[in-house]
Amino acid sequence: MSENNLAQKQDLLRLLDQDYHQTHDQLARQLGVTPALVGQMIRELEDDRILVKCQPIINWEKAGLEDVVALIEVKITPQREVGFDAIAARIYRFPEVRNLFLMSGTYDLAVTVEGANLKEVAQFVSTKLATIDGVVSTTTHFVLKKYKEEGVIIDDEEADRRLLVTP
Amino acid sequence: MSWADRVSPLVRSIPPSGIRRFFDIVAEMSGVVSLGVGEPDFVTPWHIRESCVHGLQRGYTSYTSNYGLLELRQEIARMLEADYGVVYDPKCEALITVGVSEALDLAMRALLSPGDEVLVPEPCYVSYNACVSLAGGVPVSVCSSRENEFRVTVDQLAAALTPRTKALLIGYPNNPTGAVMSREDLAAIARFAEQHDLIVISDEIYASLTYDGEHTCFASLPDMRDRTILLNGFSKAYAMTGWRIGYAMGNADFIGAMTKIHQYTMLCAPITAQIAAIEAIKQGTASRNKMVDEYDRRRRLMVDGLRNLGLDCFEPRGAFYVFPSIHNTGLTSLQFAEQLLQAEKVALVPGDAFGACGEGFVRCSYASSSKNLADALDRIGRFVTPLLK
Ligand SMILES: Cc1ncc(COP(=O)(O)O)c(C=O)c1O
Repeated sequence: MSENNLAQKQDLLRLLDQDYHQTHDQLARQLGVTPALVGQMIRELEDDRILVKCQPIINWEKAGLEDVVALIEVKITPQREVGFDAIAARIYRFPEVRNLFLMSGTYDLAVTVEGANLKEVAQFVSTKLATIDGVVSTTTHFVLKKYKEEGVIIDDEEADRRLLVTP
Repeated sequence: MSWADRVSPLVRSIPPSGIRRFFDIVAEMSGVVSLGVGEPDFVTPWHIRESCVHGLQRGYTSYTSNYGLLELRQEIARMLEADYGVVYDPKCEALITVGVSEALDLAMRALLSPGDEVLVPEPCYVSYNACVSLAGGVPVSVCSSRENEFRVTVDQLAAALTPRTKALLIGYPNNPTGAVMSREDLAAIARFAEQHDLIVISDEIYASLTYDGEHTCFASLPDMRDRTILLNGFSKAYAMTGWRIGYAMGNADFIGAMTKIHQYTMLCAPITAQIAAIEAIKQGTASRNKMVDEYDRRRRLMVDGLRNLGLDCFEPRGAFYVFPSIHNTGLTSLQFAEQLLQAEKVALVPGDAFGACGEGFVRCSYASSSKNLADALDRIGRFVTPLLK
């Protein structure tokens, strides 16, 4: 990827990050390139897994389909040769796991798990997570309320309050 | 005697703002996409709002010095020195005002005697002429032209000069055109001001919103510091229009005179806004630059979009306005704006609201989301395409 092209792709990513629902035409006009080039850059970014996935942020509670979410602190003993990565791989393959981060500090892995109810999450932790080789301990924290997710305030009262015409 | 007759003849003689008239029409409608807004679409960055809340919690609810909080004046002086190399004494050469609006009014009232003339390059911000008139002065319009990308020239100024000319009131980057003046352009104006002993009031409220290149502060030109009243504020750079906070910098005697008026008519700028402004200067550069980058992207979107529709549009290099020509549609600015509003519900401002030489142009603000801008462009396209056949 040439320098120039890289900067252009970074600009494109910033625009997509703000608002994914823009046509190639709109994006092209803002970047000063052709729509065809926008399409090509998006394909390349997807192929390189730089543009990983676009998905909505949904207020499930409001939609009447609330899940239970827990943050789980996991301590592990790294395995010879493969270190943390092998254990992480065993954990992140479970569809119940929404996020998995390797952490510095007092524990090693931060795992976000979603389930239909408390029991389901607890079951997952005790039967699947805690039993993995190398997992030393788990501490489960249930989420009580979501204020902000992925940079988006869930119940945002901020709005455009400007008059329609001002000097 | 009716109340209308009781109003002073001076106030009666001032025409209502062309923008105001247009606003009344727009306010009646729903579903309007507006390119008529002269303020940022961002809300004030949270860290700035939060600093104000914190100040209120600690009981900052009193008057301040007439000049404004010393810390704020010091921060402004420090920033002007760092950005432009202009040095002001924060103790006596800085006044914190209720926006550039108040600073402009104070400067005119402190400067003008009845009949004094002020050269006002047009198109320009709607308050300039009114502030001169209300202070008893006479605004003298100087038309800048599309051919010169709305930069006023010394020849144009010289043609309007009389023995009563006392000052020159400039605002670059410009509202409504987005024009900026290069350092050389301004240096020529500076020589002219020096030759004719004119005071220059420089409204640099859009200074931070300069794209392609650096803003030149008029006071930073050789020998201009003591000839210039520099006005600036927080409204545009930090998305703080509703806070009402700005400042004036200049010669200590003159700032003292402005402060005298300010002391009797305003007392001081709101302390809440002053505290927020300190935070804006100290910590706000990153959030400001982020907004500027965003405006710059939208600027390209608008200019390309309007040009693709067949409208002549020079490239604005500052502020957040484009000022396309609508000459080839065969409509006047007002007709264009009114018919576009009726037909496609897009609000923009007729160019003649900013001076007679704005006729034939319209002001489109791009302080709006890319999505809105693209929507507005589609609508404008449906309106102008048949007119341009
Ligand atoms: C050129 C210019 N000067 C001054 C002002 C007023 O600014 P303030 O909010 O600081 O009073 C505006 C606002 O639109 C402007 O465009």
